[in-house]
Amino acid sequence: MSRRTTLIAVLAVSLLVLCGAWLTVALTIHRNSTQAADTSPNTAIGGAFTLVDTRGKTVTDQAYRGKWMLIYFGYTFCPDACPTALNNISAALEKLGSEADKIEPLFITVDPKRDTPQVMTDYLKSFDSRIVGLTGSKTQTDAAAHAYRVYVSAQKSDGDDYLVDHSAYIYVMNPQGKFVSVIPGDMAGDKMADQLRATMAHAGT
Amino acid sequence: MTYRLLLVLALSMCVGIAGQAPAQTPAASTIAIEQPWARATPAGAKTGAAYLTIINRGSAADRLVSASTPMASKVQFHVETNDNGIMRMRALPSVEIHPGVTVTFKPGGMHIMLVGVKQQLKEGQTFPLVLEFEKAGEIDLQIPVAKAGAMGVMKGM
Repeated sequence: MSRRTTLIAVLAVSLLVLCGAWLTVALTIHRNSTQAADTSPNTAIGGAFTLVDTRGKTVTDQAYRGKWMLIYFGYTFCPDACPTALNNISAALEKLGSEADKIEPLFITVDPKRDTPQVMTDYLKSFDSRIVGLTGSKTQTDAAAHAYRVYVSAQKSDGDDYLVDHSAYIYVMNPQGKFVSVIPGDMAGDKMADQLRATMAHAGT
Repeated sequence: MTYRLLLVLALSMCVGIAGQAPAQTPAASTIAIEQPWARATPAGAKTGAAYLTIINRGSAADRLVSASTPMASKVQFHVETNDNGIMRMRALPSVEIHPGVTVTFKPGGMHIMLVGVKQQLKEGQTFPLVLEFEKAGEIDLQIPVAKAGAMGVMKGM
């Protein structure tokens, strides 16, 4: 081996080690922060809601009793966080196989002005067909978001290009409609499936 | 969440270090673009997102000032922060690219937002996107489209 080759090899190995160290540290911190989010107090999250489904029919939370509700609040104008969460939910449902039959995945808009039943229907065609889109009047979606302690804040903008700040957690509710846990919307589908399977097994359903 | 920013930073640094090894960019351009991709847009969606990595191999700072594509009426740069579970998206007027630095646009961090999507971006297609830098000028790109909500161009990412 020439001196140059040795030098390059040594440099390459050092860089790999450096990368590894960075990743380990960053991932550990990230993991800890995720766990911290999962142990947040579970007092009074969730509750009754009345919304409108993608066929324009009024539905309430009672319609989903007996199933685990997996609720994500978002909006179709959102290009990054919402497709990430919906794609992760889709992957999790697929990974769960027949166990997904116990789950009712709901995508509730925080932007009913733009997200009409037709817009929601079209948008959701890109994701798992079991995901139910829910919209309604602003009063109805605000009430649902409020019940779930979801932070919603539309930014000021000219015209119809406004963005909406919103909580990016997926809420896991048991078949009695009670809050069980939150899953970060950016959790990969495989991991989400494992977590849901464990949650449902723990509850003995 | 600052931790997520840290992760992004750590990953960007790794990409930066790894990206500098081959040095295949022509001497003329100090700005290199790697791994551009976009997400397929759901039917009727008004917005889309593209992601890529920008490497400044020169000795002076440059600035990404604008971008355009025939697929959307306007293109913006956005940074997304996760503040205790609340996703906040903010437009950046431009993005400074310091010398020797790699800037990564990726889901959950910065993205190139296509506003007013004119036709649905479909998985498997590619579309043109022009980035304009203050010093390096225009860079023409062809952006491959991955599925809606994908985390990268490659399968399984």
